[in-house]
Amino acid sequence: MSEQKPWQKMTAEERLESRLRNFLNPKNANFESPEAQANYQGRVNRLIDAIQLKKKPDRIPVYPLLTFLPAHLAGITYKDAMYDYGKTMEAWRKYVYEYEPDAYAGPFLAISGKLLDIIQYKMYRWPGRGVSERAPYQCVEGEYMKAEEYDDLINDPSDFFLRIYLPRIIGGFAGFQKLRPFSEIIEITSLAQNLIYLGMPEVQETLETLIVAGKEAMAWLMELLSFEVEVRNRGFVSGAGGMSGAPFDVLGDTLRGTQAVMMDMYRRPEKILQAVERLVPIMIRRGVKGANATGNPMITLPLHKGADNFMSDAQFQKFYWPTLKKVILGLIEEGCIPMPFAEGSYNRRLQYLAELPAGKTAWFFDQTDMVKAKEVIGDRVCMIGNVPSSLMISAEPRKVEEYCQVLIDKVGKGGGFIMANGTALDEAKPENLRAMIEYTKKNGKYSQK
Amino acid sequence: MADELTNLIADLKETEALELVEKRLSAGGNPLDILAAARGGLEIVGKRFAANEYFIPDLVYSGEILRQVVKIVEPKLKGGHEMKRIGKVVFGTVAGDIHDIGKDIVVFMLDINGFEVHDLGIDIPAQAFVDKIKETGAPIVGLSGFLTLAFDAMKETIKAIEAAGLRDKVKIMIGGGQIDEEIRKYTGADAFGKDAIEAVKLAKQFLR
Ligand code: B12
Repeated sequence: MSEQKPWQKMTAEERLESRLRNFLNPKNANFESPEAQANYQGRVNRLIDAIQLKKKPDRIPVYPLLTFLPAHLAGITYKDAMYDYGKTMEAWRKYVYEYEPDAYAGPFLAISGKLLDIIQYKMYRWPGRGVSERAPYQCVEGEYMKAEEYDDLINDPSDFFLRIYLPRIIGGFAGFQKLRPFSEIIEITSLAQNLIYLGMPEVQETLETLIVAGKEAMAWLMELLSFEVEVRNRGFVSGAGGMSGAPFDVLGDTLRGTQAVMMDMYRRPEKILQAVERLVPIMIRRGVKGANATGNPMITLPLHKGADNFMSDAQFQKFYWPTLKKVILGLIEEGCIPMPFAEGSYNRRLQYLAELPAGKTAWFFDQTDMVKAKEVIGDRVCMIGNVPSSLMISAEPRKVEEYCQVLIDKVGKGGGFIMANGTALDEAKPENLRAMIEYTKKNGKYSQK
Repeated sequence: MADELTNLIADLKETEALELVEKRLSAGGNPLDILAAARGGLEIVGKRFAANEYFIPDLVYSGEILRQVVKIVEPKLKGGHEMKRIGKVVFGTVAGDIHDIGKDIVVFMLDINGFEVHDLGIDIPAQAFVDKIKETGAPIVGLSGFLTLAFDAMKETIKAIEAAGLRDKVKIMIGGGQIDEEIRKYTGADAFGKDAIEAVKLAKQFLR
């Protein structure tokens, strides 16, 4: 085998090629049969061809977006899905084997409720813990980072998270408020001084909680891995190798919160700008680490507060887009495939997407006008979407098929399209989900000439 | 001939607006006039929102400015500053859903547009809506819901209102991220709205 070029010396293109080679031929795969391997590689190629815009795939790939949908289909409660790992994995297996999507969203979305209990997560409510057993987990809006803490975040994000933010939102981290910053450990005397704080009763208690949490997280991971390995060996492909997002959303969703970040846009715009800039390398690293760990280069970036109705064009240009673009370009530089999810509608943002290099990103759309978007950005980015949740949940399957037909004709034309629903679903009529998948498989074939 | 305070608030000039309020008050200005001028500013904000010149941050910020104006002016008011209310609305986020940002914005806009809003909060069971309608006699009901589970929760809430014999006494509007015409039909609501300004428009139509 020829000598591998060191990662640092590779171009973005070489890194992508290296990642794609690994994605297509996973190192420790043990495919059930040659057919399973062919199916796996066929699915990867179908997705990659749609994304890269170099050639049309054999047909339009289908990638249903979901959170708890497999639990719903299997008839287990969301509470079971978070607490009974065995039932959860069974529900997801059933979903993948019955519906055979080209890419699946995995059970890691059904976060372990046991872990949340141990760690005492305060920022969310989940089934049986503040919302009903049949409701999904939901975030409790709040100003979890105070206005006067911008500089703490900007100067030392990890320290801010470790000693201020996490103790506030996670009961099990509370003791870390008592720590001194670890970056003060520089030589022998400061080492000793610093470590004294580890002996404080509150810190000890936190450390003990974290040991228990770590064990539970590992038990959960083992279940997830056995699922992932099994379905891959049977030929199925995960749609997400890692996660990242827009720096403005990190700030606006769960640090400052919606209301406060909107005030900050007027009262302390400079602080927002510094903070989002500071978060760029952190968000790139997050995506890259995910891709490295899973061997799958496709990185999902759920986008929240840059949608059409959330801010003006001027605000988008100032607060949202520049750092999101840096994250996207940074991920591309590392050989990843950024797949932003434009939640809400992005009809007024399309010209920004056209700034991105062609064939390097794929965009999920929720309520954006797909036909118009195809005209504006169809030659630059792969589009994914967008059967409305209302159709998936309440309409006749025929209506889903009609909607898919329009997408196939207008958006699928020439390639660069992946069929999906527009909203990460917790429920849907099984026949409607099947309609979206089967209809696309049957009618989304491309003629190869 | 818009008032200077009205304009400052419409243009979201927080500091200048609050300074002007202080100045007018200390010069013996009538607190009721000040409030009226401030509300005028919010009306312009609403129009700009409807015209896509303003967006949610601007709407939220204008609300915050108004809150502060009220805080400064309130101590000078000798009771009876309640504006005339044009109609009652019972509002809430339906069972299972704990989202409040969207609901709060709608409630705020209904309030400053003269509605008496009975905001039940989040994760509200159907029966609580029924009870509140009976208690207040409100002719308008607003259901907010963010998650797709709200489709069924809204449907059930409307069924409960019907079962209580109240369906022909109230007009029901629904809204929230994923709500569309398909879901309006599914739930049996009278109308759906895409944003807070549409909620106000619908509520005003319902009164006619
Ligand atoms: C921001 C956001 C979050 C934040 C929320 C916290 C925060 N601090 O912001 C965070 C990041 C925590 C989050 C988490 C998740 N989210 Co989220 N999130 C969103 C997002 C982008 C915006 C929601 C919002 O803030 N809207 C702002 C308010 C102002 O809008 P609104 O409520 O719709 O209200 C307006 C109108 O609808 C109308 N209106 C509202 N009520 C009414 C009532 C009447 C009568 C009328 C007339 C009008 C009206 O007026 C309002 C003002 O103009 C939406 C997508 C979207 N763009 O809608 C997804 C979305 C809600 N999230 C979704 C998902 C899947 C999730 C997660 C499950 C993801 C995950 N796997 O972790 C989690 C957990 C769920 C949760 N909600 O906590 C899905 C929900 C899908 C479903 N099955 O229901 C959505 C729809 C995204 C999508 N397209 O898939 N999310």
